[in-house]
Amino acid sequence: MLSVEHLLDTTSLTAEDITQILDVAASFEDKEGRASGRSGTLAGRTIVNLFLEPSTRTRSSFELAEKRLSADVLNMEGSSSSVVKGESLADTIQTISAMDVDMFVCRSRYAGTPQLITQNTNAKVINAGDGKHQHPTQALLDLYTIREHFGHLDNLKVAIVGDLSHSRVCGSLAPALKTMGSEVVLVAPPTFQVADPAYFGATQTAHFDEVLDSCDVIYLLRVQLERMEGAAIPSPREYFRLYGLDEARLKRMKEGAIICHPGPLNRGMEIAAESADAPNAKILSQVHAGVLTRMAEMYLLLGGDADAVA
Amino acid sequence: MLLLKGGHAHDPQIDLDDVIDILIVDGNIARAEKNIDEPDAQVVDCTGLEITPGLVDMHVHFRDPGLEYKEDIATGSAAAAHGGFTDVATMPNTDPVCDTGASVAYQRARGEEVGLVNIHPIGALTREEKGESLAEIGDMVLAGAAGFSDDGHGVQSASMMRTCMKYVSQFDRTVIAHCEVDDLSGKGVVNAGRASTRLGMFGWPGLAEEAEVARDIALSRSTGCPLHIAHISTKRSLELVREAKKEGLLVTCEVTPLHLFLTEDDITDTYNTNLKVNPPLRTKEDAEALLEGVLDGTIDAVVSDHAPHAAHEKDCEFELAAFGSVGLETTVPLLLSYMAKKKLLDFARFVELLAINPRAILRLRPVTLAPGSVASITVLDSQKKVTVDTEYLQSKSKNSAFLGSTLQGAAVTVIKDGVITYQS
Repeated sequence: MLSVEHLLDTTSLTAEDITQILDVAASFEDKEGRASGRSGTLAGRTIVNLFLEPSTRTRSSFELAEKRLSADVLNMEGSSSSVVKGESLADTIQTISAMDVDMFVCRSRYAGTPQLITQNTNAKVINAGDGKHQHPTQALLDLYTIREHFGHLDNLKVAIVGDLSHSRVCGSLAPALKTMGSEVVLVAPPTFQVADPAYFGATQTAHFDEVLDSCDVIYLLRVQLERMEGAAIPSPREYFRLYGLDEARLKRMKEGAIICHPGPLNRGMEIAAESADAPNAKILSQVHAGVLTRMAEMYLLLGGDADAVA
Repeated sequence: MLLLKGGHAHDPQIDLDDVIDILIVDGNIARAEKNIDEPDAQVVDCTGLEITPGLVDMHVHFRDPGLEYKEDIATGSAAAAHGGFTDVATMPNTDPVCDTGASVAYQRARGEEVGLVNIHPIGALTREEKGESLAEIGDMVLAGAAGFSDDGHGVQSASMMRTCMKYVSQFDRTVIAHCEVDDLSGKGVVNAGRASTRLGMFGWPGLAEEAEVARDIALSRSTGCPLHIAHISTKRSLELVREAKKEGLLVTCEVTPLHLFLTEDDITDTYNTNLKVNPPLRTKEDAEALLEGVLDGTIDAVVSDHAPHAAHEKDCEFELAAFGSVGLETTVPLLLSYMAKKKLLDFARFVELLAINPRAILRLRPVTLAPGSVASITVLDSQKKVTVDTEYLQSKSKNSAFLGSTLQGAAVTVIKDGVITYQS
């Protein structure tokens, strides 16, 4: 049993919750290391993938996770909130809920949308990314990957590098790492920094090279050019020079340290091809962990017993 | 004839702080003294109650004409009287914008027709509040406009604002400035800092207000035009006003109870859209500085910035929700609750903030509790318990940031021009 009813953010998760999710996720991996799950586990349960913002990767990951647990899946898309169409999100959720669904998986460009959904349904809700706020399922797959490599999640030093101020990945990963007892250092040009790093229990610096060789995990964020209103950096070239994980920085990384990235990659922007394809780059492991951890989250929220699968 | 018996009257204009009776005849105060005996008068028992000159909310949005689905002059007037007010100043961002004498005349006439509150329209500074060309300010003065503002946003061009203030300086009127540099507030919906980080939304930094407060104070100095800073929200903005006053400039300012009694920390993971206001709720440190400003006289008026919005404009994602909270019916209960709890604010200061100063800034005739004055009077019960819920609110819209609060103190009788406009 998790201490939460919905998975809306990482700040309400306890260390026990996180460990439980990761343990159940690991149990879904078969002997060949594939996310095979247990067919039939969620048979007869209906999960709605409500993606109000375009997403290919996260949606595919959820859909596969749902299918491997034999849930019935309803995919709904929308370019934005249906407020634009004249129907409020509350109306949309109440309408779908009336069709007796068990869970909403929601992606939205607006912070707080999953909370709004919980106020209008009895179904469980998983936040698949809300605006610049939180992306808890991403954080959990990251933690799975990191734990798989190091065997633990405490006493690690993790640098999160990139457009922090627009990043829901940072917003959910940084607090989760702190909950698990690791240290987080946020790295970005001042124009990309978060207003209040202390809220995440993190320190913040503009000088990547000063922290690079002391970190166990270098977590690079995608720098989203489409979000660069007011040109917060002069050029991709300069960004790559100051903050990109190029070959020289790759070589300076701490022994045994790993590279993570939520994808999709901008090769040559935040990461050089050499780094992306390096043996210590865990980018595809993260994608793999995504299906496992999402299966575990859905299983536990829909009443699954952690001990039954462990 | 109306006789208010046994209330504690407060009016620093005439050094009044005593239990007296007040006799109203033909819309004016005829006598104000102890133990008036007038058998023909209708008696209002005010024993244990406080009596003040009629209260003024100098910053409200009545949405009429054009946005009557949120509020109209009838429902707004009812909310004002219920909240203890005899006078309000209505902001010009209606549809169409109140930028002509005819628009000003409409609001006044409609207000008189409803008869619950005196409406003092604020005219737009620029046509359609677009910040591009002067509105017909003289025409609006002649029609009875009480001040000028492009409230809702700042006048972005410094030279346009200078032109506005220079032009207004020929009339005996104040420019009321909504200070916000748009490209600094940007898409911000909450205070930049802890709130924007925690909630994952764009921040509206105090800097966006402070930069324009500084600019407009400089323009007031240069043009000689009286300047009133609307809904001040940060400690630094307040410092700028304090400095300007020390220098002797014609600068005043107002604050809302939202910014006095709520902070960014009150916006929790429930994303309560009634807490989405412009300017945004700031830090605890800002709120404390603003309370200090209320007490030390740097802040001249407390206003509600009554901003009604329909349910569907608030029952949505925080980032999509409209900015604003209704406030006409909570300002007095909030202040009385604060006074009961903290004992720092007394009734003399309360009357300055809610009656004397707003009338002076709006260039209205003073209203006192002395014989000869027009009889606009608010009677308050400091003990009365008020629960802010949708039934309590008479405004057409229920978007109160204080929904669910139980407060202590409220207006119980309101008299405008000798006529009772509200009685509990």
